[in-house]
Amino acid sequence: MSSRRSRQSSSSRISDDQITDLVSKLRQHLPEIRDRRRSDKVPASKVLQETCNHIKNLHQEVDNLSERLSQLLSTIDPDSPEAAIIRSLI
Amino acid sequence: MSSSLISPNPIGTSNPAAAGADRSREAKTRRRKKKAQAQAQAQSKARSLSSKWKSQAQQQIFSSNLLRALAQSRRRGGGGVGGGGSSGGRAVREAADRALAASAKGRTRWSRAILAGRIRISKFRKRKRPAAAVAAAAAAAGRSRKPRVSVSRLRGKGIPAVQRKVRFLGRLVPGCRKEPLPVILEEATDYIEALEMQVRAMSELARLLSGGASVGAGSSSGSPPEPLPGQ
Repeated sequence: MSSRRSRQSSSSRISDDQITDLVSKLRQHLPEIRDRRRSDKVPASKVLQETCNHIKNLHQEVDNLSERLSQLLSTIDPDSPEAAIIRSLI
Repeated sequence: MSSSLISPNPIGTSNPAAAGADRSREAKTRRRKKKAQAQAQAQSKARSLSSKWKSQAQQQIFSSNLLRALAQSRRRGGGGVGGGGSSGGRAVREAADRALAASAKGRTRWSRAILAGRIRISKFRKRKRPAAAVAAAAAAAGRSRKPRVSVSRLRGKGIPAVQRKVRFLGRLVPGCRKEPLPVILEEATDYIEALEMQVRAMSELARLLSGGASVGAGSSSGSPPEPLPGQ
């Protein structure tokens, strides 16, 4: 039953509690699951699904933001206060 | 002056793995004691790690790294590119990812993978990502109708649905393609927080650039205009 140490040479015994702990910790970071009632009964596959979706959404946001930033940076006026901000930060 | 970092935890993500290998050698009673200890350790470590990405200091470090990377990239490719929309955005995204990975200080797998592989495999990732995303999304949508899998299934990893999702998640997080389940879970946790911090920092930066009105009022959040030493 719990004697699965086939092909994982680095961590030979993955305990159930460890995985439960990790899954619950991951669940805290997912806003969709956190606000749901009956948070004990969320199955692990749902957690994985939400994690994938969340990461994809975050990637999308980062892409959008970088698009915006690139446009802002290319059209910025060298003498404006924004450029002064950038220069002072660097 | 440079803002002090939140207490850096020198124990990396390899600690549970080391404790696991150690455990297999001890007797059963001692193993249980060590397991409790490792769990407490992992919990405290997790708490300090998670607060690391939420701190203001980390965001400032990330912002300064990002700006420096952006300035470099602009100096290099400013004349030739001519400000094409998509290519400029891609460069910003990669600079942001590199800055994010640099802010992680190489303590996590995904940050090391980003820093090591961005230059080589950027071409391949453009081809692989759309195809893999479409196929995996179709598979995941079909299988998510049976949410009756519990954590014990995760441990056994017998169900192909869970297995597929774990592999997909491992592909999403950079550098975790062949890692076992607990590693992927841990990396995903840290990666989500790091991405959220990235989104926060970049939106602050965009707001500063596009608005520019809130500078004189003493900015309440985001990076204040003070010269940070190169890190």
